[in-house]
Amino acid sequence: MKSRSLWYDSWKRLKKNKAAIISGGFLIFVCFCAYFAEYVSPYSFEAQDASKILMPPNAENWLGTDSLGRDMLSRIIWGAQMSMAVGIFTAIASLILGTIYGAISGWLGGRADGLMMRFIDILYTIPALVLLILVMVLFNSLATDMDPKDKALYGTFVALSVVGWVNIARLVRGQVLQAKQLLYVESARAIGVPSWQILFKHILPNILGPIIVTLTFQIPANVMFESFLSFIGLGIQPPYSSWGTLASDGWRSLRTYPHIIISPGIALFLTMLAFNLLGDGLRDAFDPKMRK
Amino acid sequence: MFKGKNFLYSLLGLLALVIFFDLGQFEGPLVIVSQAALIGLLVFGFFYSIIKQGMSFYVLKRIGGASFVLFIIATSTFLMLRFLPGGPFDSDKALPPEVLANIEAKYHLDKTLGEQYFIYMGDLLTGNLGESYKYIGRGVTDIIAESLPNSLKLGAYAILLSFIVGLPLGVLAASRHNTIWDTSAMFMAISGVALPSFIVGPILVYVFAYSLDLLPPALWESPIYYILPVVTLGLRPAAIIARLTRSSVLDVISSDFVRTARAKGLAQKVVLFKHVLRNSLIPVVTMSGPLVANVLSGSFIIEIIFAVPGMGKHFVQSVTNRDYPLVLGVTLLYAGLLVTANLLVDLLYAVIDPRMKMQS
Repeated sequence: MKSRSLWYDSWKRLKKNKAAIISGGFLIFVCFCAYFAEYVSPYSFEAQDASKILMPPNAENWLGTDSLGRDMLSRIIWGAQMSMAVGIFTAIASLILGTIYGAISGWLGGRADGLMMRFIDILYTIPALVLLILVMVLFNSLATDMDPKDKALYGTFVALSVVGWVNIARLVRGQVLQAKQLLYVESARAIGVPSWQILFKHILPNILGPIIVTLTFQIPANVMFESFLSFIGLGIQPPYSSWGTLASDGWRSLRTYPHIIISPGIALFLTMLAFNLLGDGLRDAFDPKMRK
Repeated sequence: MFKGKNFLYSLLGLLALVIFFDLGQFEGPLVIVSQAALIGLLVFGFFYSIIKQGMSFYVLKRIGGASFVLFIIATSTFLMLRFLPGGPFDSDKALPPEVLANIEAKYHLDKTLGEQYFIYMGDLLTGNLGESYKYIGRGVTDIIAESLPNSLKLGAYAILLSFIVGLPLGVLAASRHNTIWDTSAMFMAISGVALPSFIVGPILVYVFAYSLDLLPPALWESPIYYILPVVTLGLRPAAIIARLTRSSVLDVISSDFVRTARAKGLAQKVVLFKHVLRNSLIPVVTMSGPLVANVLSGSFIIEIIFAVPGMGKHFVQSVTNRDYPLVLGVTLLYAGLLVTANLLVDLLYAVIDPRMKMQS
């Protein structure tokens, strides 16, 4: 009988989950639009047209225009580029940092593990948004000779990466602690495989499932945090724009022109929904015991 | 035996407490006395159940751990405060040396770092968080004392709302597993997780304040002003609780003792409320700690959208103003609140589930 890998089984289970597959397709579509924003968007994101200020949705501008006559659809597509880039890159950065830290902590065990986890506990007692803002304050005061708009952008990246890794480190550490007890690790040790090789060649591939699931939840969390920061004016600065800055603009003109906040809101909502549904689907697929 | 009822009682107690403090506007000796009595009763009940269950050592250990974490955070905020470049005394014009010396003496900058550290920690112990750079002459403690009650009220109502909405929704979904009820409840919950508050808030304002003219769009003056911010803030935690409750109830439903209860021929309702619900509350209790963190940072945006004069608003403004004492004071306070919340949740957990005692 042909053996089937864990990945094949998981993929088969995932395929049955329609919501997750549709979400995955939608996310690929969003990433595609974001990456090729230049070609996809009907107008440039900064082209102003004084004759078409604050237009409601119409045939020419599908989602209307903003207070400077810029096409909202184009701005949302360009905003997607920023939001998705921030979400994905910061999640990957935290993933690398968190995996290394968590793996080492779990592998060493004992006193070193206790010390390393104490540090994580301390970071955990500061609410994420506060920690995020503190890291940005630190970054801003250290990088004094940078252009303000670039500083805000890089500050957001650094802060989000620094904050996100704590979750992943905890998860990886727990998984490594569990895996350490298993037979395949024991046998690898018995035949004299060096520690770092057991850790990175044997254990890590085996705990990749939960890590991928966490990543699927980390990306939308970071997209959301970035929008939070940009909305309160501490995140990304013009001329860069993300869904958060668009929502912030829309909020300011809510009373008279509600359509401006609706479209970035829907874009953000659908993306968050898709990530969450995909994450749930992946979790069920990788761990059928958890399935409800 | 698991005492799920205690948890429900604590929730009710919290509700009573919050509503009671809201009555604080009507001042008078009777209100103060009864408030003090209520707090005393709660504290007494709490410690009584701890001592009765023989958990004094566990509690002391946890309190020690929490104090250590706070100590480390306080030390880090001190270091940040001293070494962050840029401050209120940076000006283009050079100050006369006498003025500079006076300023340095006032803020203890002429002393060694070690001495400054002891002064800072001593101040912290007496509740003095230093002076704001921006609002000259105002203490950070004053600013916090003025704005914290509003934030706490907002947060407490939001958490209560999220339990009141989330628990029944989760139980409904689980008890009618794989029906249209389940699907729609869970769709609502996942939407609640996916909807950012800075979109929900403005939309609610547009509908209920501008279009229908039912509720005030902003500010924080009387209970009618609380509705929109509390609903906006409570939405996400409610969704999280609903999902958690559902999966927890489903876990318990498939356990052996529930099967036994059903096999005995007990009524479905009795099984659900007496056997399932009590036990499925345990994970929900443990989740309350992170939930408090969620609500704490969530309130930043809410306070800005609805112009609530709370701490989050001050925090965001102080970052823009580079008012470091205020930034770090608020950080310390948030950390303190979160540490306390986590500690209380752990203790509550130990009280309602005595099995915990064995592990500690």
